[in-house]
Amino acid sequence: MKPIETDIIIVGAGPCGLFTVFEAGLLKLRCHLIDYLPQAGGQLTEIYPKKPIYDIPGFPEILAGDLVENLMKQIEPFKPGFTLGERCETISKTEDGKFKVVTNKGTEHIAPVVAIAGGLGCFEPRKPPIANLSDFEDKGVEYIIKDPEFYRDKKVVVAGGGDSALDWSIFLTNVASEVSLIHRRTEFRGAPDSVEKVMELASNKKINLITNSEVVGLSGNGHLKGVEIKHQTDGIISKEADHFVPLFGLSPKLGPIADWGLNINKNSIEVNTFDYSTNIEGIYAIGDINTYPGKLKLILCGFHEATLMCQSAFKRIYPDKNFVLKYTTVNGIQGF
Amino acid sequence: MSLINVTIIDREGVEHKIEAPTDINMNIMELCKANDLPVEGTCGGMAMCASCHCYVESNHDIFNRSDAEEDMLDQAFFVEANSRLGCQIKLADELEGLVLRLAPQ
Repeated sequence: MKPIETDIIIVGAGPCGLFTVFEAGLLKLRCHLIDYLPQAGGQLTEIYPKKPIYDIPGFPEILAGDLVENLMKQIEPFKPGFTLGERCETISKTEDGKFKVVTNKGTEHIAPVVAIAGGLGCFEPRKPPIANLSDFEDKGVEYIIKDPEFYRDKKVVVAGGGDSALDWSIFLTNVASEVSLIHRRTEFRGAPDSVEKVMELASNKKINLITNSEVVGLSGNGHLKGVEIKHQTDGIISKEADHFVPLFGLSPKLGPIADWGLNINKNSIEVNTFDYSTNIEGIYAIGDINTYPGKLKLILCGFHEATLMCQSAFKRIYPDKNFVLKYTTVNGIQGF
Repeated sequence: MSLINVTIIDREGVEHKIEAPTDINMNIMELCKANDLPVEGTCGGMAMCASCHCYVESNHDIFNRSDAEEDMLDQAFFVEANSRLGCQIKLADELEGLVLRLAPQ
């Protein structure tokens, strides 16, 4: 596949990355965003879409999800490209001094400027602390259910108490030969309909519901054969299992960016506050992922950083052009 | 300013004795961050990440967890009967002498 070429590769499609498209667009620079999550918005859509935010200038109160929706509308004239559901793995220099960013799925992106707006990092599944868990990854342990058919006629143990654990347990009863759901408490926090359905399936013996319990051990030879479940009062229960699917949500990790040769301090990228450039010329870091004296992890600060960064990116891409700041009130928006 | 004494035991077992203000609307997660203890506070204090998960080691009866906190603890690991999310413990005068231990990451 041909590499995607653009002016600015934006790593991270959270609010800060999205607003970069707008400020770059005013300077006639095109952008392409890459994010590991399957949708734009970063933690605003992934973690707290229904939470109100009160410190966006001009909005006394706005829901995080609505802010993302507005940003998408605001940047629409500048036709940004998106590579979603893929994680940036490597960065290298091309012969003509540009950057090539390649994702875990092999998608190649080329641009003279890279803006890292990665927030807290990539959202990865939370992995339970079971000693030999990694030995069985893709050999019976999966953190995401991609294709339910994969579990046809198998014995599946699901762990977790949220919506995804409930919904998948319900769904898998139609496919798997045996479904067990392991949960820390007797109460579930999922949607009431799903909780009710799970209880009904449990009373009909379609789901082995094992509460006040957690999975503490895995066994098998090359492939998972069984799990050990620790019950709060009854001790250890052993259970045959072809698959163990722990569903404990996502948590952010800095990920491969940590190996890009950038100056990292406490999981954040050090930048020069003149233009939010990193120690590598042409790579900038904006928003929650950067650090500098006086840094505040606020969306509004990220917007400011994105704006100044774009001016510097313009000068890097067009060193001979003198740019005069234009006001949108005077000129309106000229999209691509 | 009103101050109470709080002890935080870090993941290496080191005790940190901290004078904590009760009059500036601060919580335990923020107290840890302000004192450079290894607490991420990823979600900012919304009970949505469990990076401030800790154990109450003193006899303070502060286990009135909200639904949101219980829900988040469902996604955390190493959860015990005395588990709390630091961001959901607001510093108050009645917490004088509080001892907390940070949960493993």
